[in-house]
Amino acid sequence: MSESLIATLEPERTSVSESPAPTSAKPHVTVLTPLGGWPTIDVAELWRFRDLIYFLAWRDVKVRYKQTALGVVWAVLQPLLMMVVFTIFFDRLAGTGSDGLPYPLFACAGLLPWTFFATAITSASNSVVGSERLITKVYFPRLAVPLAAVGAAVVDFVCALALLAGAMLFYGVAPGPGFVLAPLVFGVILLSALGIGTFLAALNVAYRDFRYVVPFLIQLWMFATPALYMKATGARSAFATWLWTLNPLNNLIATFRAVVLGGPIPWGGFLLSAGLAVFVFLAGCFYFRRVEDRFADII
Amino acid sequence: MSLALQAESLGKCYRVDRGDPDAAGSYRTLRDDLVKIAGAPLRMLRRGVNAKRAAEPFWALKDVDLEVKPGEVVGLVGRNGAGKSTLLKILSRITRPSTGRATLTGRVGSLLEVGTGFHPELTGRENISLNGAILGMSRAEIARKFDEIVAFSEVGPFLDTPVKRYSSGMYVRLAFAVAAHLEPEILVVDEVLAVGDAGFQKKCLGKMQNVAGEGRTIFFVSHNLAAVRSLCSRCVLLDGGRIIMDGSSDDVTDHYATLVEDRVRGQSDGPIKADRFSLYGSGEGYFLHPSQGEREYSMLCGDPLTLEFEIEAPSALTEVTTGVSLNAITGGRVVSMSSKVQNIPSRCGDSRRWVVRCEMGAIPLNAGTYTATIYVGNGIVDVAKFSDAFLIKVAEHDVFGWGNSLPGASSWGPMYWAPTWDIGPAIAEGLKA
Repeated sequence: MSESLIATLEPERTSVSESPAPTSAKPHVTVLTPLGGWPTIDVAELWRFRDLIYFLAWRDVKVRYKQTALGVVWAVLQPLLMMVVFTIFFDRLAGTGSDGLPYPLFACAGLLPWTFFATAITSASNSVVGSERLITKVYFPRLAVPLAAVGAAVVDFVCALALLAGAMLFYGVAPGPGFVLAPLVFGVILLSALGIGTFLAALNVAYRDFRYVVPFLIQLWMFATPALYMKATGARSAFATWLWTLNPLNNLIATFRAVVLGGPIPWGGFLLSAGLAVFVFLAGCFYFRRVEDRFADII
Repeated sequence: MSLALQAESLGKCYRVDRGDPDAAGSYRTLRDDLVKIAGAPLRMLRRGVNAKRAAEPFWALKDVDLEVKPGEVVGLVGRNGAGKSTLLKILSRITRPSTGRATLTGRVGSLLEVGTGFHPELTGRENISLNGAILGMSRAEIARKFDEIVAFSEVGPFLDTPVKRYSSGMYVRLAFAVAAHLEPEILVVDEVLAVGDAGFQKKCLGKMQNVAGEGRTIFFVSHNLAAVRSLCSRCVLLDGGRIIMDGSSDDVTDHYATLVEDRVRGQSDGPIKADRFSLYGSGEGYFLHPSQGEREYSMLCGDPLTLEFEIEAPSALTEVTTGVSLNAITGGRVVSMSSKVQNIPSRCGDSRRWVVRCEMGAIPLNAGTYTATIYVGNGIVDVAKFSDAFLIKVAEHDVFGWGNSLPGASSWGPMYWAPTWDIGPAIAEGLKA
């Protein structure tokens, strides 16, 4: 048997070069240590993974409307149908009042940020559990997952703005000068959604009960947000006032409506809610960071 | 020069609640924890009676010290549950160690599964971007390597088809193509090469060798000792969560092979217990009795091989099917056989003990060491598996009878064959000469 034949059949052996790894100016050092200590939020790392957040959000948007006949129209249809329902029940039946605005438009300006808020926290709370495969197989800052889920909800919100624009055109209501503040108000709502979303996402990993709690919570929260269906001014029962103050979303939604459709901006309430939103955001992120190291072990 | 990895007494501990079989892997529910919190004062009163709960610590990894220089390609070997995957998970930052400390110098990329994060609804093109981002590439990096990835994957024409319509081979090729273009300074690879067709596997190994040649550090886990030998310069053997050997991959893989042999031999007295909790039933109450206690077979290349054993079941069976798989001791399945697949019924009976005789004839095994794994079924489903129940040592022999032994399994593969040859000069060429 010829030796050369055997040689060609033998697996090739690598010669490992002794040359050092390509040294960049600043080598990337990772230190792995046991659990414990106070969590920090590595903003620089999150920034490095910004493309991942973008792609995860983009995936959620793409996948959500794949194989649906109406596609992204659903993002507009949901608040539209709610608007019709609200007009029938609250305006025609209960007569809750709308601060002199056409009721459908009044409802629409409230429903848009609410729908965003509800979608964002629902999908964020399920996002980490739904990414089990990713979390047990590859490292990335785990915060990227709920952030991306909320990001996908932002896309829906932007699409649904077409409905609001359409309604404003239809009723001939021009945006007031406060309109320029709309992004700021939305930013505060976004911050609240991020805080609550990350908090629920982390809780859901340890306690799957939250899968059942969250939809119920959202339903309850909607009823507890009278700003959605009632005018902000005028006589109110003590209970309504109490509810209004206790739930910061009331002020946020009333402010959003006021800046978009024109009207007195409830500055005091808004600033209070904004402060609360910042607190909720930081608390949610820190809680998430505190428990995320265990995700891969318990998910 | 700084080290790529410096690990000091790394350990990972899991709590396994043995008292309650549900607790180990199950979800915590809010109710349980609320009950626990509410019951805390009561428990404090009763402390001392049953203060210690049944939760037993299980060290998946313990006291691992490891120093790796940049550019080293380190293979991790060991049996299932030795701690290889746990070590990889710690190195790739998926889970935190329970004890110790490790410092990694360089960007770490891990590849513990092919196609992590692939979404079936998205097209191949979309999944390349998504998967690339998940593995840690930036958008610019993905765009730059896109064409190269597509060329490597060989799925070009189906780039705009959702991957749920891909064949599994195409899926794996695309997934690996993305992963192969990851360029971290430290690459952590689990047994992902075990998928895909042989040609593609070879291509991936080649790609990884290129990566190794560029001076990157690689950690590679595999059960295929031949792949470890060809790819790695250094090898670490883990057992029971500890490093028991660290050296050149030839030495370590040889030692590992003898360990496997010893394990098979070490249990030679008495009946063999079925694997616990395998895919093939719980194994509870199933035993295998080798005939005359013979667990080791020695034979010459070309000799006939017959395995004989008795199966003991926890309750009477009316029919038995059996499968035998031969595995090379260096890793990799050589051949499998099954009475069920051949549709050969057992003789009728109603017994707890069954005698099995599997005559393989002159099975063309090349010189080397093999183990036989036995599968038992009750005619409907497989019920028990006996891993590496037998050891088969095949010695070199003049199979073709002209005074020349075959080269061993390590260079010629686990089987030999004697085809009919017909070799002669091509007619036109022959005439010219």
